[in-house]
Amino acid sequence: MEKKIANWGNYPIIDADEKKFSFDAQLEKLIAETPHFIPRGNGRCYGDASLAPTTISTLKYDNIFSFDKINGIFECQCGITLDQILEVIVPQGWFLPVTPGTKFITVGGAIGSDVHGKNHHVDGSFSNHIIDMDIMLASGETICCSTSQNPDLFEATCGGMGLTGMVTRAKFRLKKIESSWIKQKQIKAANLEEILKLFEENKHYTYSVAWIDCLKKGADFGRSILILGEHATVNELSEKQEKDPLKLPSKKQISFPFNLPSWVLNPLTVKAFNFLYYAKNTKKELSNIVPYEPFFYPLDAILHWNRGYGKKGFVQYQFVLPLDVKQGLIEILQRISAKGLGSFLAVLKVFGEQKSMISFPKEGYTLALDFPVRKGLFDFLDELDQVVLKYGGRLYMSKDARMKPEVLAAGYPELEKFKQIVSTYNPKGKIRSIQSDRLFLTSQQ
Amino acid sequence: MPTVLILGASSDIAIAMARKFAANKHNIQLAARKPMDLKPLQSDIAIRYQVSCEVYGFDALAFSTHPSFFESLNPKPDISICVFGVMEDEDAAFENFEITHRMIDTNFTGAVSILNQIAQYYSGQKKGIIVGISSVAGERGRQSKLIYGSTKAAFSAYLAGLRNKLFKDGVHVLSVKPGFVNTRMTENLKLPKPLTAEPAEVANAVYAAVQKKKNTIYVKWMWRWIMLAIKNIPEFQFKKMNL
Repeated sequence: MEKKIANWGNYPIIDADEKKFSFDAQLEKLIAETPHFIPRGNGRCYGDASLAPTTISTLKYDNIFSFDKINGIFECQCGITLDQILEVIVPQGWFLPVTPGTKFITVGGAIGSDVHGKNHHVDGSFSNHIIDMDIMLASGETICCSTSQNPDLFEATCGGMGLTGMVTRAKFRLKKIESSWIKQKQIKAANLEEILKLFEENKHYTYSVAWIDCLKKGADFGRSILILGEHATVNELSEKQEKDPLKLPSKKQISFPFNLPSWVLNPLTVKAFNFLYYAKNTKKELSNIVPYEPFFYPLDAILHWNRGYGKKGFVQYQFVLPLDVKQGLIEILQRISAKGLGSFLAVLKVFGEQKSMISFPKEGYTLALDFPVRKGLFDFLDELDQVVLKYGGRLYMSKDARMKPEVLAAGYPELEKFKQIVSTYNPKGKIRSIQSDRLFLTSQQ
Repeated sequence: MPTVLILGASSDIAIAMARKFAANKHNIQLAARKPMDLKPLQSDIAIRYQVSCEVYGFDALAFSTHPSFFESLNPKPDISICVFGVMEDEDAAFENFEITHRMIDTNFTGAVSILNQIAQYYSGQKKGIIVGISSVAGERGRQSKLIYGSTKAAFSAYLAGLRNKLFKDGVHVLSVKPGFVNTRMTENLKLPKPLTAEPAEVANAVYAAVQKKKNTIYVKWMWRWIMLAIKNIPEFQFKKMNL
C-alpha cells in the first residue's frame, strides 16, 4: 500500500509502497517480484536506514518457533517485537540478553542494528547472544549462518542494516532472572570529571548509563546522574513483591497526542527540564527497587514521545570515542553547549570491547543526543563529525539520517570488507535503502 | 478448556482470531489449504498462550473430503468459525465464469458443505457454537460487488436460517459482517480509515459476541447504520446509482 512513512525521528518522511507478508512462500514471491526493497520492522531506528521507495514490512511475520525454558533459548521470526518476547519469557524467569532503550523494536531490527544496552560493558551487543539464524537472500534462497557457519554472512548481517537479506529465523540465548524487578542506584555527579570517574568505579554493575546535562558551563560542565542496576534477587524484594516475583509490569501508557510546535524546545525550556530532572534527586545517592519497565524503557511509557520535537522531526546523534580521549568528549560537549542547539536528552554510556565488522559498538564512551531539525543543524553536525573522527570515533547508522559516506568510511576500518560481502549476497543491490544509497553501501544504479 | 476450529486459518482475520481465543484459554485447531504455512503459527500459539494448537489440511473446494476432515478432528471443536472466502476482481469474474464459479463454490457451497456437517454434529450434541464471517457486501446487491456480494448474501441467508434451525437444539449461530478490514485481501484498495477495522478488532468483536451469544454483529458500529441506509434506498432509485 502506498503511504507516507518515516522512522522514529520523523525525518525524513518519504512516500513508500509498503508490502506485507505472513508466510515464507509469500515472502519468497515478494522478493522475486520486487525490483528493490528494504526490510522494515517497527520503524524505531531514527533516520533513513529502513526507508526506501518499496519496503517489505516484517510486522506480520512474528511467530515464535521454540522457547527452551530450561536452558533459556528462544527462536523466532524477525517481525516479533521485544515487547512481545518479554511477555512470554519474563514470567518464566528469563530476560533479554541485551535490550535497547525501547522494547518496541523487532528482532530483525535488533540484529540489523546490532543493538546495545546499558550492559554492553559486561554482555556485549545483541549479536553476541545469537546462536544461529536463517537469512532469505535477494535470490530467494535461505541460508543458515552463525559465527562458525557462513561467518561472513553472519558478521555482515549483525549491524548490517538489513542489506544482506531477511532474517527468517533467529535463535538466541536469554538471561536468567529471579525476579522482574531491578535494584536501582542513582548517583549524582557534579561534572564530567566526576561522572567518568563514577563509571570507572562502578563498572562491576551489570547495567549503567548516565543522563548528562550538556547545557551547563563552567564548574558544572557535564553535570550528570549515573543510573546503575542489577536484576533483583528474590530475597531483595519486599514481602509484597516477593509473592509474585516474576510479575509483568502493568500496562499504563499515555500518548503524546500531537506534534509540539518546534519553538517549544529552546535553550530556556531545555535548561528548565534539565534542572528539574537533576533536582528531582535531592540526595547524592538514591537506591530503590523498581519494575524493569521504567528502568529499561522510561520513554516507552509515553507513546509517540517523538512528537515532542515538532513536525519537522529530529535527528539523534550517537557516536563512540575511545576511552583514552576524554578531551574529545569535552570538545564535543563544549561545542553543543556553545551552539545552544538544545538536546533534550543526552545519554552517556561506556562500551566494553567488541570485535565487529560493521556493528557500531567498540570500546569507549558513547554519547547520544537529540537535535530537532532546524536550519543550520546539518552543517553543525558535519563539524561534529570531524571532531568525532579526529579522536578516532564513529557514528551509529541506526540513528543516522545525514552522515556523509566518507565519515562512515573513516569510522569503520572494515567497511570495504562489509561492502564486499553485501555485494556477494545481495549482488545487484536489490536490497537497498535511502541510507545505503546515500552511504554508497549498495551500488548506485 | 474449550476447543475452537478455525476454517481458512491463513487469513489475517483468522490469525488474529486464533490468537484472541488462545489468549483466552481455548485450544486451537487451524484448518487451511496449505497447512505447512501454519507451522510457525502453531508453535507460536502453543508457546505464547500455553494452549494446544493443531494444524489440519482443509480445502473448501474439495467438498467430498469435508466429512472425513470433520471425522479426523480430535477432539471435536466446541466453537467452529468459518473464515475462508475469496474476493476476485469483479470485472474478471463477470467475463470469466470459471472465476465466478470458484467464488461461489468457495464462499457459499464450500461453507455450506462443511457447516452442514458441523451443524448436524452440534444438533446431535445439543450444544455448540458456529460463527460465520460473511460481509456487509451481502446486504444488498450492487454492481461493484456483483459476484462477491451475491455469494455473501447467500452465505448470510444460510447463517440466518441455520440459527433458526438450530435454536431448539441449543446451538448458537453468530453472523459476522465486517465492513472494511485492513488485510491482505484489501491491501491494494484505498479504504476510509474510520470505517476500516484492524484484524485484531474483528477478533475482539467476535470473541465478545460469542460470549454474549449475539446473533449478528458489524465490527465498526457505523456499518449497521450505513447498511440500514443503503437497504432503504428505493430500488427505482438504487438501480440508477453507481455503487
